[in-house]
Amino acid sequence: MNKKAAILGFLTVAFTTLPTRAPAQQELTPEAIVTRAYQIAHYSGHDMKARVLMQLINKAGKERTREMTMLRLNVGEAGEQKYFLYFHQPGDVRDMTFMVWKHPGRDDERWLFVPAIKLVRRIAANDKRSSFVGSDFSYEDVSGREVEEDSHSLMKEETLDGRETFVIRSAPKDEKGSEFAYKHSWIDKESFVLWREEYYDKRDEIYKIFTADEVKEVQTHWTAVRRTMKNVENGHRTEVTLLAVDYDVGLEDSLFSERYLSNPPARWVR
Amino acid sequence: MSPVASYRFCGAAIVFVLGTLFSPPIEAQEDKEFPIRLHGFFLGNVAARTGSDHPTGEEGGRFILADGRLRLEASGDTGGGSLSFLFKGDLFYDGVSDDAHGLVREAYADVSRGWLDLRVGRQIVTWGVGDLLFINDVFPKDWAAFFSGRPLEYLKVGVDAAKAHIDTRALNAEIVVIPFFEPDNLPGAERFFFFDPFATIRTRVLEEPATTAGNTELALRLYGRVLNSDVSFYAYRGYWRQPSFRPDELPVPTRLGGFYARLNTYGVTVQRSLGAAVLNVEAGYYDSRDDPEGVDPVVPNSQYRLLAGYQRQLASELSLGAQYYAEILENYAEYLNGLPPQLSAQDRVRHLLTVRLTQFLKYQTWKLSLFSFYGPSDRDFLLIPEVWHAITDRLSFTVGANIFAGENRTTFLGQLDANDNVFVAVRLDF
Repeated sequence: MNKKAAILGFLTVAFTTLPTRAPAQQELTPEAIVTRAYQIAHYSGHDMKARVLMQLINKAGKERTREMTMLRLNVGEAGEQKYFLYFHQPGDVRDMTFMVWKHPGRDDERWLFVPAIKLVRRIAANDKRSSFVGSDFSYEDVSGREVEEDSHSLMKEETLDGRETFVIRSAPKDEKGSEFAYKHSWIDKESFVLWREEYYDKRDEIYKIFTADEVKEVQTHWTAVRRTMKNVENGHRTEVTLLAVDYDVGLEDSLFSERYLSNPPARWVR
Repeated sequence: MSPVASYRFCGAAIVFVLGTLFSPPIEAQEDKEFPIRLHGFFLGNVAARTGSDHPTGEEGGRFILADGRLRLEASGDTGGGSLSFLFKGDLFYDGVSDDAHGLVREAYADVSRGWLDLRVGRQIVTWGVGDLLFINDVFPKDWAAFFSGRPLEYLKVGVDAAKAHIDTRALNAEIVVIPFFEPDNLPGAERFFFFDPFATIRTRVLEEPATTAGNTELALRLYGRVLNSDVSFYAYRGYWRQPSFRPDELPVPTRLGGFYARLNTYGVTVQRSLGAAVLNVEAGYYDSRDDPEGVDPVVPNSQYRLLAGYQRQLASELSLGAQYYAEILENYAEYLNGLPPQLSAQDRVRHLLTVRLTQFLKYQTWKLSLFSFYGPSDRDFLLIPEVWHAITDRLSFTVGANIFAGENRTTFLGQLDANDNVFVAVRLDF
């Protein structure tokens, strides 16, 4: 490499990264920040396979666990997704499978397979606030609340545990259709990882706190491998640990079907 | 054990043994892990009558059910999933009859190749979209277990069969071939009061269809997604699973000859999301092959069966399911003509309504549910209130009741009026 090329190279890097970087962040709208965080949390990779451990812990420290394999596939450009869940434990739900076709802008479709009676059936999907398998996470927390459902504003920029973050206030456009009155989200300025979220009720009191406890870069995707949702009112909390997670494993659309719901493929769920 | 029953048991056992013999080495090569997963549960299950009347006989005491049960489940598969097996068996002590039993609930091997899944052995098959109402689910059921407060999974009975599941772009299908007939298990006179028009006749012979190629049952289901709905078409060739009894002489018979009449069924189901709710529609035609004209009073009349169901969440953790069901006899005039004097006539159209309410509480460690059948035609009902609680992940209990009532003792639910019971089940998983 000659000197001219090196200088040109330096200048190119300098002009494309250094001067543009700061303005680019200033230009980011609150919606854009939330969208980036939403994409990272729920759409990373073309597909994902994870072994998920959920620990449900009450105020007295009594613990229950759910262990499942979660398969997720992004379908098309419009944010459509398919989820497949296989339960390893506890015993009364072992071998149960659950499938969701997520449709942005309209109601999701959900199917459940009950292995004891070999029954596949659709289940009603309207209340996204319902607890996901008895945990502090709602269905909405698991598959993501659509960015357009809330109005977002940038409250401040803050250092949280040594990380530079945007603090965003999000309030539902349709107050009746949501559990929270508003929420505050701490989103990493660099990685757009959601580190913390506080849910407020109508009395301006916090009732639920989400924290990302351990975040790792997995195949270039920032992934919260340990996270907690804590109910402040009753002291109950749910800790989620991704025991294993892989992106772009080659899931096929045909996997998300009745055939595999009723006969879960060992290759993907074990 | 009858020869057929022991043959069936052997078949299931052979499948299990083959499964256990052949799965481990294959798995060991692929994954270098011990492949067999062992699980199960202990189940204590008691149901007590609330009424003071008891059936006469040794099993007619206070309790309809008093079981201690050990469930063992073994399953395994090759890492790629092309071969797998499952075995579920129960060992139980029946405190009412004071004896112990072993029962193979399921024992099958699966082979998967591309677009084909093949399952051979004892297996449970559930079709249709009804909630405790079955039209195109022509597979055997244990109503005695259901009415005496056993857990729901005991309502379904396995068949010794081969099933092919075909999954291609052009066609999705399930084909079930059942060489060994398995009837429904209905409440028996030892433990239940029910209507029996020939109660005084003790001499009864009940014959099951012989295991021959010609008697083999065939069930077919084609399914797919049409306009965002799950649509299935069904066809079945086999038998009614509830017996018909033919008296040797009328009006004063001395002997009843029981048999299972031939039946073909054809049907369709549609299940789809309707906004936030789920809508189910099911229809079927029951073609009673041994009496197509409907003139034989002993053989069930050919009939149409229809069902419409609606399911939605009313609030967070609270859901509602409602169903309307109808049975329409095809040859009603012939049915009325042939009806023996001991029986009261059913309406040409028999309606049934069901409602299910389910409420979860305390992080889904409590479940309150109420299921009700109401028959406006027969003027009878069944209420099943139930409370389930998970004490830990492994230990849970269920307390509930079966409450029957009806104006008439000859209707399906009305005849069970004197069998009201309260049941308790305690389950420990391992």
